Amino acid sequence: MDLSAINPVLLFASLMVAATPVLIAAIGELVVERAGVLNLGVEGMMITGAICGFAAAVTTGSPLVGFIAAAAGGAGLSLLFALLTQVALANQVASGLALTLFGLGLSALFGQNYVGLKPPPTARLDIPVLSDLPVVGRIVFGHDPVVYFGLLLLVAVWAFLKFTRAGLVLRAVGENHTAAHALGYKVVRIRVLAILFGGACAGLGGAYISLVRVPQWTEGMTGGAGWIALALVVFASWKPWRVLLGAWLFGGVTVLQLNLQAAGLEIRAEYLSMSPYLVTILVLVIMSGHRSGSPGSLGRTFHASQ
Amino acid sequence: MLRLEKRPQPSKTLSYVTPVLAVLITMVAGGALFAALGKDPVVAIRTIFWDPLFGQFAFYYLPQLLVKAGPLILIAIGLSLGFRAGIWNIGAEGQYILGAIFGAGVALACYPLEAWWIFPLMVIAGAFGGFLWAMIPAILKVRFGTNEILVSLMLVYVAEQLLASMSIGLMKNPDGYGFPGSRNLQQYPSAHNAELIPDTGLHWGVVAAIVVAILAYILLNRHILGFQIRLTGEAPRAARFAGVKPPRLVLVCMGTAGALAGMAGMFEVAGPAGQISAGFNTGYGFTAIIVAFLGRLHPFGIVLAGLLMALTYIGGEAAQSALQLPGAAIQVFQGMLLFFLLAVDLLTNYRIRLTKRETA
Repeated sequence: MDLSAINPVLLFASLMVAATPVLIAAIGELVVERAGVLNLGVEGMMITGAICGFAAAVTTGSPLVGFIAAAAGGAGLSLLFALLTQVALANQVASGLALTLFGLGLSALFGQNYVGLKPPPTARLDIPVLSDLPVVGRIVFGHDPVVYFGLLLLVAVWAFLKFTRAGLVLRAVGENHTAAHALGYKVVRIRVLAILFGGACAGLGGAYISLVRVPQWTEGMTGGAGWIALALVVFASWKPWRVLLGAWLFGGVTVLQLNLQAAGLEIRAEYLSMSPYLVTILVLVIMSGHRSGSPGSLGRTFHASQ
Repeated sequence: MLRLEKRPQPSKTLSYVTPVLAVLITMVAGGALFAALGKDPVVAIRTIFWDPLFGQFAFYYLPQLLVKAGPLILIAIGLSLGFRAGIWNIGAEGQYILGAIFGAGVALACYPLEAWWIFPLMVIAGAFGGFLWAMIPAILKVRFGTNEILVSLMLVYVAEQLLASMSIGLMKNPDGYGFPGSRNLQQYPSAHNAELIPDTGLHWGVVAAIVVAILAYILLNRHILGFQIRLTGEAPRAARFAGVKPPRLVLVCMGTAGALAGMAGMFEVAGPAGQISAGFNTGYGFTAIIVAFLGRLHPFGIVLAGLLMALTYIGGEAAQSALQLPGAAIQVFQGMLLFFLLAVDLLTNYRIRLTKRETA
């Protein structure tokens, strides 16, 4: 094998790209879980976003429209979850699984006519001077806008949760829904909004895979990214900045194993492909020691009985 | 205005009625979906639910019903034990794959020896493979408190890669002219999980499913362990006071589910599928989750639900060839079923009351 074929600069540059879908999806799920709702349907919403975005982008020729459609698709599917868990008071674990199974089927159905098509390319930002800097220019600048959008979203969510009144209310609902209800906050309304936000983020993350990272449509193409996003939230102890760390770690492992496959390492490709999942399990084990950050009402059904 | 009032006890009658109601609503919604796809909804529903049972080609479809229902029931019964106790093993698909790899491994190691003990040994190996794979999330949960949902699911992707590597590496057929995939176990009499009665679809996996359903019923209703499982699910605090040890319960429930899923995989690879190949697993492990819920986590309910779900599979295939209905439409249909099931469950646990708007 030839390790010199791996270019560290390109490696770090593609790490940012590989981390983006799980990063965006995980930020959305973080908000949902901070509101006290466990939505296991991230995978289903991501793949729905992937096909909605792909279909819209191919039809209109505009990636921007694609991403908007993806967010709408993901949010639309999450609305079903919101109805089930917040109105019909169904079990959140089971409803999340249902959402994933349904989303996988729905996307396969919609996607039949889009197999083998090419989406319109998403332009890279080309900032004069900055993008031409050696090393840094390639790693930090010169990505497509969605990469930066993901980072901005992270900062926005962090600031929202930490500094705004609405963020405080959302966290209160997640920590203790009975107390929040007693204080007069609309627990169900806040949670539905959080779920919709999470759905839109998952949709965007999925569309990033089908429009930029791959870029084409194949059935089941998210390949567990939604589950990894869920694991990232646990890894991050429900803190926004740690999500970024986790996403980069995951992106790094993904990119590294792809590079090793290309470099012809003496290990079968299948075993290398396992590594992102194995690393995720390892990280979950390491992090499970300190689970202080878990919201108090996470996963519990709220019903305002008199 | 409508108001929900929690029932002191979930309604017994409604817990039997709601699955049927969910199936009926799904048929209506599914019909709408098929109409949206430009198919006649009535014909589509009839092709899926009626024709395989009573139609002209029923003789072809009926055996398929058992072939598909067998693994679904085996896996779902294992899962239902854990689900009852709030232990969420959703990686049955991976345990199913490992069972197949272990079972086929025994057969391929013995090839071309013919002996009576090969098949029983394969069953044990298959169950052991699934058990081992399920023990990973179980032990991690017990020892480190790791989330079993995420770990068991991650292991599905690992198992799929392992399967792919087996089919082109270690288990590849040396006489296969370079094609991926193992030897075909259907052509190896000692390892073949053949039909017990020709043209019925009844193989050892189906027999195992029925036996396991009966055993699970006895376990849940007559054994202290079954009582502990039910108690933990319904009142975790009371269970702790009653001396239930949660770690033990996690190991038992996950282990049983893994072993059963592994057995299902082994019966499949030695029978209907025949060989280890990259596309061997077809999502039974995930559909079994729907089956478990549709059967109300009750062993006999699961048998009925497994048969119904098998019917949607074969009906779906029939509709695919007769009406050119896309295969994914059936997947959507199955997902919808779980949705409606969860939604109508509201009626079991809550009463809907009409009240005048009260002033706060």
